[in-house]
Amino acid sequence: MSLVAATAGSVSSVPGRDALASASSANALELRGVSRLFGALAALSDVTLSVRPGERRGVLGSNGAGKTTLFNCITGDFAPSSGIIRFFGEDVTAFPPQERIRRGLRRTYQISSLFAGLSVLDNVYLACRGVSRNRFSLLRPRRDDTLVHAAENLVEAVHLAPVKDRLVGELAYGQQRQLEIALALSGAPRFILFDEPAAGLSPTERRDLVHILTSLPAHIGFIIIEHDMDVALRVVESVTMMHNGRIFKEGAPADIESDPEVQELYLGGGHG
Amino acid sequence: MAVIDTRTTGYRPPATEGLSAWVARRGAAFWVVSVLLLVMPVLASPFWLVQILAYSLILGMVALSLMFLAGYGGIVSLVQMTVAGFAAYLVAILGDSAIAQISLKWPWWMAAPVAILVATLFGTLSGALSVRTEGIYTIMITLAIGSAFYYLTLQNYTIFNGFSGFNGVMPPVFLGVDWGDTIPFYCLTLVLAALAYAVVLYVSRAPFGLALQGTRDNSRRMAALGFDVMAHRVAAYTFASAIAATAGVLLVWYQRQVSPGTAGVGPVVDIVIIAVVGGLTRPIGPFVGALVYVVLRTFSLDMLEGLGLDGRRYQLVIGLGFLIIVLFSPDGLVGIWQRLRERYRRSQDGRATQMRIGGGEP
Repeated sequence: MSLVAATAGSVSSVPGRDALASASSANALELRGVSRLFGALAALSDVTLSVRPGERRGVLGSNGAGKTTLFNCITGDFAPSSGIIRFFGEDVTAFPPQERIRRGLRRTYQISSLFAGLSVLDNVYLACRGVSRNRFSLLRPRRDDTLVHAAENLVEAVHLAPVKDRLVGELAYGQQRQLEIALALSGAPRFILFDEPAAGLSPTERRDLVHILTSLPAHIGFIIIEHDMDVALRVVESVTMMHNGRIFKEGAPADIESDPEVQELYLGGGHG
Repeated sequence: MAVIDTRTTGYRPPATEGLSAWVARRGAAFWVVSVLLLVMPVLASPFWLVQILAYSLILGMVALSLMFLAGYGGIVSLVQMTVAGFAAYLVAILGDSAIAQISLKWPWWMAAPVAILVATLFGTLSGALSVRTEGIYTIMITLAIGSAFYYLTLQNYTIFNGFSGFNGVMPPVFLGVDWGDTIPFYCLTLVLAALAYAVVLYVSRAPFGLALQGTRDNSRRMAALGFDVMAHRVAAYTFASAIAATAGVLLVWYQRQVSPGTAGVGPVVDIVIIAVVGGLTRPIGPFVGALVYVVLRTFSLDMLEGLGLDGRRYQLVIGLGFLIIVLFSPDGLVGIWQRLRERYRRSQDGRATQMRIGGGEP
């Protein structure tokens, strides 16, 4: 699969990789008692969660359950009001987003968050550059630059090669969603947070998405927020249910799906 | 200098590109303007060479530093003229001037580089103060720094010599050439301006410039890709300030004096006008804007008096001219040029299609 080739391009350039190798037995992601308050509103309260390296986890919950806030706390977009976040054993609670990303964390956004004024290839190239050295380089890359190759491979992997020189602002919605995923696969990701990647996609595009997710290299774990059960339950091995900012239930997909309380809360709520 | 499509040239300079391909890729306008600028010393009078063209190139460089920040980084900094003014002051203070009790009389090859270095540092610090803010707040902070510098130079007599500033700042003489002479000064300014233009164009497609455009489009996502957005913006200030500082050195050699008014609020606003009127989307914009500004400023007085009106109303003519340009083309004169070229291309395509009716593809 070309994804492996695309992501292998800059493995050696991930800072701190050697230091982290010793912690490989730790959980990929560990949250202890994480809370986030917005004024008096507790968007997250006392969330404790651990995900093994390579594990694929689904997060379900109705709107306002705190799923996206959970992602924002993990990536550092918001600091948690309390609690500890560890990434492969390292306490990253106080780290700014870019430091977490450089350690192999990636995310996609529910609403595409791209660079509309740049071409598709430039978008992916920036993503590859962001997790490598020489982010401030004043020299243009040479034609045989490894990062340019990595970017071109990634563009191909998400089926965007025919539009790689187009400005992102001109792309169709589904193509923007695919680009969103390409950005998250750049460099050497070790763990990815997917925030509703299937939202707004056509059935065909959903099939492509499932294919991309299931063919990710086995060592890359992810958490996926997804309302579409057809997508979510086909790509995950465990599910966390959230409700009102708390973790409500955890288990295998089949167990969660058949759980009466879950059906009452969520599947019965018109999303099934 | 010409209008080059920075968006589609791609960040990989094709390694196998021959000279002819390189010449062709620049487009006709680029070569026409380049040749014109090179033969100007033969065609133009000393007045046009220095008072109009060289002065336009200098102001264009200061506006180019604003264009780099605003066009690629989305940062509207009003401090760029102050950086240039500071460099101009430093040349007078460190080098030689008529104010013998203050000037340190360093040789120009020490005074000018140190002036550029220190002024760039000043621009970087101003950037570090303002990068956490956006939009109007950035404008306020940088304007405050500019005003503070203006009043400092106005009221401080021990270093900045207060209201009168420094006069008698002479351009250097080296390699047997007096660089203050008309043609040498024009050539010096042209070379440095062309260099600044080329460097900005090059860097806009290098990782640093691309990432800066990324922070403009979506700063939060840039952090989520591993970039330190604040550090990147401060570095952009450093880069832009180096250009503004170089222009400041040329400015003091051009005016042969520097005073608080050099970087007062008026010139600070003029730089914004120049950049906006020229167009903030391309590095050529600021130079076009500067030329229009200087020509209007120089001739509107005569023009008004020729029409039997009060010559002192020349600011009104300038203001009206800029109002009209911005009203009809939000992306400045460069935007008008691009639209005209688009229309020309389309009509050419249309004609070609008509000729191929019956066989050719549309």
